[in-house]
Amino acid sequence: MKALNYPSMRGCIGAAIAGAISVVGLASSAQAWEPTKQVTFIIPAGTGGGADQMARFVQGVVTKHNLMKQPMVVINKAGGAGAEGFLEVKKSKGDPHQIIITLSNLFTTPLATGVPFNWKELTPVAMLALDQFVLWVNSETSYKSAKDYITAISAGADKQFKMGGTGSKQEDQIITVALEKVTGGKHFTYVPYRGGGEVAVQLVGKHVDSTVNNPIEAVAQWRAGALRPLCIFDDKRSTYTTKVTTDMAWSDIPTCKQSGVDVDYQMLRGIFMPGGVTKEQVAFYVDLFKKVRETPDWKEFMEKGAFNNTFMSGDEYTKWVAAAETRHQELMKGAGFLAGAK
Amino acid sequence: MEEISSLMQGFGVALTPYNLALMFVGIVLGVIIGVLPGLGGANGVAILLPLTFSMPPTSAIIMLSCIYWGALFGGAITSILFNIPGEPWSVATTFDGHPMARQGRADEALTAAFTSSFVGAFVAVVVITFLAPLIARFALQFGPAEFFSVFFLTFASFVGMGRGSPWKTIAAMALGFALATVGMDGVTGQLRMTFGFDQLLSGFGFLIAVIGLFGIGEILASMETGLQFKGSEAKLRLGVVLTTWKKLLTYWATSIRSCVIGCWMGITPGGATPASFMSYGLAKRISPRGANFGKGEMEGVVAPETAAHAAGTSALLPMLTLGIPGSPTAAVLLGGLLIWGLQPGPLLFVEQKEFVWGLIASMYLGNIVGLIVVLTCVPLFAAILRVPFSIVAPVILVICAIGAYTVNNAMFDVWLMLVFGVVGYAFNKLDYPLAPLVLAIVLGDRAEESFRQSMLLSQGNLSIFWSNPLVASIMSLGLLMLVWPLLSSLRTPKTPGQSAAAPS
Repeated sequence: MKALNYPSMRGCIGAAIAGAISVVGLASSAQAWEPTKQVTFIIPAGTGGGADQMARFVQGVVTKHNLMKQPMVVINKAGGAGAEGFLEVKKSKGDPHQIIITLSNLFTTPLATGVPFNWKELTPVAMLALDQFVLWVNSETSYKSAKDYITAISAGADKQFKMGGTGSKQEDQIITVALEKVTGGKHFTYVPYRGGGEVAVQLVGKHVDSTVNNPIEAVAQWRAGALRPLCIFDDKRSTYTTKVTTDMAWSDIPTCKQSGVDVDYQMLRGIFMPGGVTKEQVAFYVDLFKKVRETPDWKEFMEKGAFNNTFMSGDEYTKWVAAAETRHQELMKGAGFLAGAK
Repeated sequence: MEEISSLMQGFGVALTPYNLALMFVGIVLGVIIGVLPGLGGANGVAILLPLTFSMPPTSAIIMLSCIYWGALFGGAITSILFNIPGEPWSVATTFDGHPMARQGRADEALTAAFTSSFVGAFVAVVVITFLAPLIARFALQFGPAEFFSVFFLTFASFVGMGRGSPWKTIAAMALGFALATVGMDGVTGQLRMTFGFDQLLSGFGFLIAVIGLFGIGEILASMETGLQFKGSEAKLRLGVVLTTWKKLLTYWATSIRSCVIGCWMGITPGGATPASFMSYGLAKRISPRGANFGKGEMEGVVAPETAAHAAGTSALLPMLTLGIPGSPTAAVLLGGLLIWGLQPGPLLFVEQKEFVWGLIASMYLGNIVGLIVVLTCVPLFAAILRVPFSIVAPVILVICAIGAYTVNNAMFDVWLMLVFGVVGYAFNKLDYPLAPLVLAIVLGDRAEESFRQSMLLSQGNLSIFWSNPLVASIMSLGLLMLVWPLLSSLRTPKTPGQSAAAPS
């Protein structure tokens, strides 16, 4: 049982004003806004996945530390690879009592399915973190490094190796296709499953040969010695140096680039609001999430999931999202995943 | 034995006045949540989760899991009284539970359902206590092919089960499969059969379909038959619990079989829904009273309830040891574990002994508390049926509409529910069975997905379904079930009972 550290309570309005000034940099005439009814937190994904875990965690932290006067309600709207959730927010233009957490399906779903929505129709609030991807194999196999594994794939028959992943034409499959550039023309058989936890278990049961699970989805199996991480899809190693298993920390996993696999991919865990909201309303949520990130619970959560703990808001965040969209368009086009491209 | 001493320590953790009070509160809340369609266990737990953050993790999970037990118990109440299953695994309970209520035996049906739930859950907890580390590994053997074989077995044990024409069963099932394809196709990532309607992106919700088909359909049918829902016939018999228990003892074979099916399906993790249907299908085939199934046979309540609860309980095992939630409710609980700083996985049993054994002990206690609470309320629940139909029907309609609305906060779903109601009524009139339709809506997409995953893995080779002894034996059993009605109809001439109405 861990001790619960409650930060000293501040006047909520005062804090909101301070947040509004510090973040948006408005003149002191800015009127603080705060929710007047319950806030709906939409998850465009199913229960149990990475986005779901994070959103429910945020809800828990907000409640536990009394960061907001009004209650926060979490709803899953997973239909159509998240399109259901995004369309809901798009429809609620001007409603400041709705926020949504995103994963890469913010970009991939409209591209792959043609469902009409775009992040520009929403209001970017803040980036909470970037989720990493790691190449995992079963620990009973002989592959000690990404190079070993890639060599085996190149030497094997086409489609002999099976990659398990979450969803179809989404981040896991994008990474899989990117990996195929270095496998000497050999393809993976990509098998889509419903959720990351299920994918990790399928790898432990040897129904697939590898996965690109997010750290938090596979960490329990890694600690139990059932899975082995080969490389992390980032341009630098993780910064978490606490030992996760008896002899390895997240920072001990080499980058894929170091292992000769030049693939780099992180997933946005960010917050958006409906379009047409005021600056003060956005500022309230930016401030709220800043407070969430200051809690010890959040730090522990980041470390457990080996998240890249980067925070962005305002223009910086909007620019980042725009660049990520362009990148996904290229990746999806290269993989032949665009709607109607077949 | 080590397990016993750990368990006793667990009881020490769970048996504080504070925790017992939480258990009681949890059960009562759970029953209320289970009774209201649309709220459901998962939503209930999600809403109440934040309340528990100030509690120690063990107390919190005790309360939340008691809400879960309570909701499981509560689901049977609406199934039996109003033919409205609140959860997918309660569907099979309506087949015989509701006819019993119509005959004025609601109290017997409720007692049978609650007691069977308790027996199923209790057996599953014992299995978890002593075999947890051993069987946790078993779930790992389940790949897509194994999952498909389980779904196939469930469907197969249902074909030809209805007393009507097997063609009608297949037609109903096919319609269900078609409805199950609506929405996102998980394998190609493309939208299917949504015809540009945003509301259809997530497909047809089970709850909306079931509330419409069963609840609204039932009310339409009752209205037509001249309000023959004879409320005043619901007798209030105080000794009913004891007399029902006496009868239940004679169904020991069905109970044991259902426990085995339930535990197996929970651990694998096939889930409670296939378990309840499979158990009902098998009981109907094997029992000497099989011909009475669907007309108010108590054994038809015992079989699905026992299996569903054995499965629901043993499904917590893969959740704790592998981190795969067996149900939406379990998924929310899983989220709770993470907030309390507990990482579900193979090491949970090693690192968090106090928590795990406290939870297991609370399963024993929670079920006992739950049984006592719901059994004492049986006369109360049964008395609801004494209210005249002309008052009850509008109330049910309103509750159904609210339930359908709250699933997605969408008015569209209420209209959809009414459409399903008309479909349900039409099925009744035309003597088509509803059960295969619902079964296909509930399991159709998962069956399709696992079949196509298997085909991806084997590159289109069907022999993957006979590639190891486990999957081969389940598939063969399924094929046997499929041809069984054919074989038995060849051997024996059609009996008069076979032309009666199918369960609905």
